[in-house]
Amino acid sequence: MTTDTTSLRPSAARPRAEGTPASARARRARAQRRSQLTAWAFLAPVALYLLLFYAYPLYKNIELSLRHYTVTSFVSGNAPFVGLQNFVSVFTSATFAPAIWNTTVFVLVSIVVQFALGLALAVFFHNNFPLSGLLRALFLVPWLLPLLVSASTWSWMMNSDSGIVNAFLEAVGIGQINWLTSPDWSLFAVLIANIWIGIPFNLVIMYSGLQGIPDELYEAASLDGANGWQRFWRITFPLLRPVTAITLLLGFVYTLKVFDIIWIMTKGGPSGSSTTLAIWSYQLGFGSLLPDFSSAATVGNVLIVIALVVGLVYARVQRRLEV
Amino acid sequence: MRTKTAIRIGALVAAASVVAGLAGCSAQSSGSGSDAAKGTYTFWDPYPQYDASSAWGKLVTQCGKDAGVTVKRTGYDTSDLTNKALLAGQQGKSPDVLLVDNPVVSTLAQAGILTDTGTNGLKTGSISENILGAGVIDGKTFGVPIGANTLALYYNPKVLQAAGVDASSIKDWSSLTAALAKVKAAGKKGITFSGINTEEGSFQFLPWFWGADADLTKLDSSKAQEALALWKDWIDKGYAPNSVIQNTQTTSWQEFQSGDFAFGENGTWQKDAAKQMGAGVITIPAKDGGAAPVPTGGEFFTIPVQKDDARYATTKKIVECLSSGDNVVKTDNTLNYIAASSSLQQQQLADDKDLSTWVDAVKAARARTGDNLGVKYPVISEQLWTAVQKAESGSASPSDALQAAQQAVDAKLTK
Repeated sequence: MTTDTTSLRPSAARPRAEGTPASARARRARAQRRSQLTAWAFLAPVALYLLLFYAYPLYKNIELSLRHYTVTSFVSGNAPFVGLQNFVSVFTSATFAPAIWNTTVFVLVSIVVQFALGLALAVFFHNNFPLSGLLRALFLVPWLLPLLVSASTWSWMMNSDSGIVNAFLEAVGIGQINWLTSPDWSLFAVLIANIWIGIPFNLVIMYSGLQGIPDELYEAASLDGANGWQRFWRITFPLLRPVTAITLLLGFVYTLKVFDIIWIMTKGGPSGSSTTLAIWSYQLGFGSLLPDFSSAATVGNVLIVIALVVGLVYARVQRRLEV
Repeated sequence: MRTKTAIRIGALVAAASVVAGLAGCSAQSSGSGSDAAKGTYTFWDPYPQYDASSAWGKLVTQCGKDAGVTVKRTGYDTSDLTNKALLAGQQGKSPDVLLVDNPVVSTLAQAGILTDTGTNGLKTGSISENILGAGVIDGKTFGVPIGANTLALYYNPKVLQAAGVDASSIKDWSSLTAALAKVKAAGKKGITFSGINTEEGSFQFLPWFWGADADLTKLDSSKAQEALALWKDWIDKGYAPNSVIQNTQTTSWQEFQSGDFAFGENGTWQKDAAKQMGAGVITIPAKDGGAAPVPTGGEFFTIPVQKDDARYATTKKIVECLSSGDNVVKTDNTLNYIAASSSLQQQQLADDKDLSTWVDAVKAARARTGDNLGVKYPVISEQLWTAVQKAESGSASPSDALQAAQQAVDAKLTK
């Protein structure tokens, strides 16, 4: 491996100076080889780490989705190669279209509302006022709670018969809403919980983005007679664009893989009305007594591809912004 | 030059530590293998709540000692255990004894990681057939039950009294529904159960499904529709709360414990809590009277396949020690299980008369994966709970939901 890389190095191909003593040349070559080795030694931990913990699991997941694994062949390891058959059966499944729709609604609505509220709160807290630090800290609470705790709490609050939300709605004369037990409301219910959990993340990132905008710009704008609305749309928003892009991308990936909240609150039900791709994948692999690893991995791969496409779109947009 | 050397040494240390770390991992895993040769037997169970100092932990240790070996016991979360067992089987590192939830036995047997009694020599002698059924596939028996728990109908005497209902008058579905109507008229709540979209939901629905004499191989039969219509009707009329759609058996029990409910469908494991709140218990009525067949819960001792055949003899001794006589009665009492053979059930009854309803329920119980359903059961069960959810939430009528369920089962099983 060492000789390979040495020969690849441009310096090795450099014509040597006339009349260099042979011993000096050998010494230089040895030094070069040694520094090559050092470079590889430095790379090795990272490369090994990437291979073991990223490449191999990904490879296994793809392999699972291209073979027909039953519990028997999972143990014996002789699952037949079926090509894209698992993908075909996932795409033609009656669960697929609703799951895609639920995932799309869940991700888009979550991101838009989280981002809008997060940004609004960030701008609000950017004007330092008494107790703003304390208030801002309070807004971070949803982020600090374990998801299990917050999702269970939402589940209690939204209980059809004895939840506090319905108690309130009945007190003001609206009546009982079956948040978690009606197919018309369940997706909305988990959306509310997810948005609540996502606001602090958006708030924190947008707030730090705001702190990066020099005050002089605002001063100059007010000298020019810009009002608050104009200052936001002409200065704050454009200058936040890079931070916005990364926030939306991260938000997308986080929301796409949201599982805990939905699983704890509705288990994807009733009758699939809040089943997203992530939930579906889990149901296939771990939700019944008989695991269907191949189908679960197939849905998982679909999720990965979606995240990858969005990531690439982000990279492209980012490059265009920089140019 | 000195800094370069320092860097080089640093890199070497980093690389070496990674290699050492990996070697450490493999050394650890092969370590357990060599331990086994010295007479250590591994034992996995789904009781992480019991540590080595508990009665269960001590019993396992003692049974190992009696067999002349050391038993290394690990408790896993029950939902975790199936996949853990499959992975271990794949890696050829199965434990010597695996205590698993009974409907999982057929899955693991199908995967080929369990030995049957012909190989491991376990005796099934006096074990009741209906309980053993979960472990029997194509005439082969893949384990022995530690005991069984099941479902019955708890009632709150205070609520019934206020509504003028006598618990002993409940003999069939119509008398139960009539009682629920009276309870509601008296301003109390009727019945709570768990109709969630997981195995728990199927488990809770089965007494009504089987109580209508419906068959798991025909989900769309008119008898099955009657059972689902019963639940649906209770929800529509307000006899059962809407929250049953997302209730687990635990949340359903919490509802019952609030004291407002006349009835709560729940398991043997709540009998002590029920006694504390003064609740009574009756068997779940079948449609036309008598005790409905209820599904059995509880674990099976299984002996996974080992490379070394010679281990089975000792493993068998450990399992026999744990699964017979006074030992298993004691364990069953701690776990709130009913023993798996009628003689041991009598022994339990002699100590505690209150168990009679539960012994009756277990006698009328069926194994979910029994009748040679085996690994078809998980497929059927998933569609069954989906149909129950659809009907409960009103997104389909009971008959439409069950028809769709049967079609889905047919499509999956022929695939």
